[in-house]
Amino acid sequence: MALDTVTNASATPDFVLPFEQLGLKADEFEKIKTILGRRPTGSELAMYSVMWSEHCSYKSSKIHLKQFGEKAPNSDALLVGIGENAGVVDIGQGYAVTFKAESHNHPSFVEPYQGAATGIGGIVRDILTMGARPIAVMDPLRFGAADAPDTKRVLPGVVAGIGGYGNCLGLPNIGGEIVFDETYAGNPLVNALCVGVMRHEDIKLAQAHGAGNLVVLFGAKTGGDGIGGASILASETFNTSKPTKRPAVQVGDPFAEKVLIECSLEIFAEDLVVGIQDLGAAGISCATSELASAGTGGMNVQLEKVPLRDPSLSPEEILMSESQERMCAIIEPSKLGRFMAICKKWDVTATVIGEVTSGDRLHITFNGELIVDVPPRTVAHDGPVLTRPMSRPEYLDTLKAVTLEKVETPEAIKAAVLKLIAAPNIADKSWVTKQYDKYVQGNSILAQPEDSGMIRIDEQTHLGIAISTDANARLSFVDPYNGVKLALLESCRNIATSGAKPLAITNCLNFGSPEDPGVMWTFAETVRGLADICLEMGLPVTGGNVSFYNQTGKVAILPTPVIGVLGVIQDVRTRTSMSFIEAGLELFQLGNTDDNFTGSEWAHLHGQMGDQAPTPDIDHETRLVKLLLEGQKYFAAAHDISNGGFAATISEMVLKSNIGATIDLPAQFIPGGVTAGLFAETPGRVVVAVKSSDVAGLTSLAESHKIALHKVGITGGDALAINGASIPLTQLRAAFTETFPKLFG
Amino acid sequence: MRVGVVTFPGTLDDRDAARAVEYAGAEPVSLWHGSDDLKHVDAVVLPGGFSYGDYLRCGAISAKAPIMKSIIVAAEHGFPVLGICNGFQVLAEAHLLPGALTRNADMHFLCTDQTLKIENNSTMWTNGFTLGQEILIPMKNAEGNFNCDDATLHELESEGRVIARYVGVNPNGSRDAIAGITNKRGNVVGLMPHPEHAIDLLTGPSKDGLTFFTSLLHSMIAG
Amino acid sequence: MGKIIVEVMLKPEILDPQGQAVGKALPRLGFTFAQSVRQGKRFEIEVAGDPTPAMLADVEKAAEEFLANTVIESFVVKVEK
Repeated sequence: MALDTVTNASATPDFVLPFEQLGLKADEFEKIKTILGRRPTGSELAMYSVMWSEHCSYKSSKIHLKQFGEKAPNSDALLVGIGENAGVVDIGQGYAVTFKAESHNHPSFVEPYQGAATGIGGIVRDILTMGARPIAVMDPLRFGAADAPDTKRVLPGVVAGIGGYGNCLGLPNIGGEIVFDETYAGNPLVNALCVGVMRHEDIKLAQAHGAGNLVVLFGAKTGGDGIGGASILASETFNTSKPTKRPAVQVGDPFAEKVLIECSLEIFAEDLVVGIQDLGAAGISCATSELASAGTGGMNVQLEKVPLRDPSLSPEEILMSESQERMCAIIEPSKLGRFMAICKKWDVTATVIGEVTSGDRLHITFNGELIVDVPPRTVAHDGPVLTRPMSRPEYLDTLKAVTLEKVETPEAIKAAVLKLIAAPNIADKSWVTKQYDKYVQGNSILAQPEDSGMIRIDEQTHLGIAISTDANARLSFVDPYNGVKLALLESCRNIATSGAKPLAITNCLNFGSPEDPGVMWTFAETVRGLADICLEMGLPVTGGNVSFYNQTGKVAILPTPVIGVLGVIQDVRTRTSMSFIEAGLELFQLGNTDDNFTGSEWAHLHGQMGDQAPTPDIDHETRLVKLLLEGQKYFAAAHDISNGGFAATISEMVLKSNIGATIDLPAQFIPGGVTAGLFAETPGRVVVAVKSSDVAGLTSLAESHKIALHKVGITGGDALAINGASIPLTQLRAAFTETFPKLFG
Repeated sequence: MRVGVVTFPGTLDDRDAARAVEYAGAEPVSLWHGSDDLKHVDAVVLPGGFSYGDYLRCGAISAKAPIMKSIIVAAEHGFPVLGICNGFQVLAEAHLLPGALTRNADMHFLCTDQTLKIENNSTMWTNGFTLGQEILIPMKNAEGNFNCDDATLHELESEGRVIARYVGVNPNGSRDAIAGITNKRGNVVGLMPHPEHAIDLLTGPSKDGLTFFTSLLHSMIAG
Repeated sequence: MGKIIVEVMLKPEILDPQGQAVGKALPRLGFTFAQSVRQGKRFEIEVAGDPTPAMLADVEKAAEEFLANTVIESFVVKVEK
């Protein structure tokens, strides 16, 4: 097709455009025609189709997500809320922290290395765009069964991609999760969280203000990467039966991104930009329409000025290209010289491609011909809003209670603990995390396998932040409303266990097809639960990400809402680690255990799911967080009880410390006996180690916060002894550490 | 005393190296790869990272940078240079040190706390250690596998120019478990693991790394 | 003994950061001849005797499924004379 100009579009109203192949529905196409008063040009169609895709427009989720605004708690901490590239929170001392998680699930299935790598690249640019120096990343990951052949392809590739890109950027990787479940077989979840820090006055926004200001594209040249990727990969399920027909994927250049980060930070330091936006999904379409609609609306762009890696690209393709490592800035003409000088210093290509105008329309020309003439808001924000049908899925009526054999004799306890800690979901993840740099930048205080990742923000005042990401998809499957609440409470507990105070949350909501009413119902329940718990806990939602169409064929993944909680610690020197430093410490469990095994790893290992998620006890959790923060002075070590129950927690503690422990679980006081005491995943529990001289202090603290305190044992020796079963640390360590190398080489 | 810390495009640990210099009691001075000006510093650290993305070969493009021309000339006259990780790779590519750092034997990037044995405490960067001292510092690289021909290896070993060796399982397949070497004169040292990440117990596994930087101060003052 | 060569290159439309970095470095070192540089991999496979058509077909298959990542790379199989 020759250049489809606005004039041409007006003259040829009946020309047939392939809107369906671009993922637009007939009514959406009609809406575009109504907005424009004519048929769109090819370039306009490209822009609308990609910006109105599920991935960019949140069309299925929007009506639910508005609850985050309606139920927002009062918070002084939130400096920039939902809607910008990432939310920003005040952590005190003039510092602002921005953090966000995003999914890169489908690309990581197609090409694990590049999919995961560019996932890191994208979220890091979101953080950079706010004006912040990126300071750490975390990766919540989900894969199919650990022993499935395709997991051997996907997991090593994803891990290498995260390491290959993140290490090269100089970002410490301080935590995340790795969970295996059959439902992720054809659809792994690769979520990436990045956190950045800046001074309050350095916050940048994606706005194009001031007629006459220049639109500058800087960073990598534009190629044919992922054209239509955002639209086609994320909004339509794709057929995996013909590997030779896999769509093209974006290739990341971490070196270019590292240089772009340093170049941008130098530009920010000299206050040279009016507004800035990174180019991710939907590339130039997204950046120009979002910048313009957040400003006064008017912008002219000369598309032929965009530096191309592939000169054969059509205007439509330039608009849709998802080439990585690009940014778009709005600059006052008087500052252009200095801007260009910094770009030259870092060898970064920068090109003026247009200017802000006093009008209210986004005009894009190609060699002088007008090819786009749109109100930018209609592209960026006025996409379709769908009220998808929802219905409570039938599977909820077929769930069965967990029935398990009791584990009581010393022999049975030993065998069960060794089985549990060798299970892929519990086993040592250092095969993975050793491929990530956790030291770079020199501010990492805690990193995996600790309860939270902790980063020092100020070397003089010792101010720091902690981050934890959590999801329990099995609980969300059984009870999506309470499942997400439990994930958030667990994340808060992790933060507090390390010694930081929970401050704000972000989320990455991974679900199946929104066209499935059952999936849509679980999604709606999840959002309702999350909005409610944030209000109840007084934690603002700073932003989030929704990823739909995570399924293989008709099988949806388990609903997987990943929650990231940010906490603040005034003095990182007071943090608490999970490892004991000495023998002779007394071990206590905070909180009571019950006999509900629903969603637990122990039930999963026996092929069972259960039928009743625990009821979130917000009052208990709030008191527990307070106790944990006040009790830091007593704790020689502390570790949250979650996946795998008490048995996993105490095993991880003794192995990290390389000091054994003797445990005596008072079975008679635990509903469900020793089996539950070891393997139930009752929320609201933490194991702490204290010196004998601190026991009185801890006891009175627990009493004042009305938290049950159970003496469970003492540290020392070279074995983990539990109710008469003795497991030498060497044997325990072998079981814990051999799983991943055996599976993945 | 002023210690230069060079930033190449893609350098990552420059701020960490500057911090270590400061902890040791010297003044860190930032040096830019694109300039040949050493700014009258008394010594230089080439920090870790992925300069030029490790493209072509690790350190190969950086070894040709203008700042390296000045460093090569100065080093030949006894100027102290410490190359850490990518900095070691740059020194090898610049032929200030022999051998090459190749892909780890297991092909993976490896980040771990590594025990090293100090085997030469007479260099400007290691004189604060006792001979045979075992230290614990982080290592993190994908291409830290030290390789050279037999003659070079014989020369390094017979002249006592291996300054540190990996203790325990050889983590990356380096010949003779070599973690770091020096030139004949003892002023240029290359080390794969990262002493700048082991300067306090809050952020590192030990404080052992600081001795590399305090050693320099001793040798300059003794000087 | 015969030798089969498999050359693997990123497809022309795929970004090649390595080649790009080398291409940028060359003029800085005074080499001004290059308009662009792309970097690839070369496998030299020694086989017993002269390569047969069946063997070459096998190498093609190995290249397709293993040596190259055909999502982003293309390959050529040649016999070295």
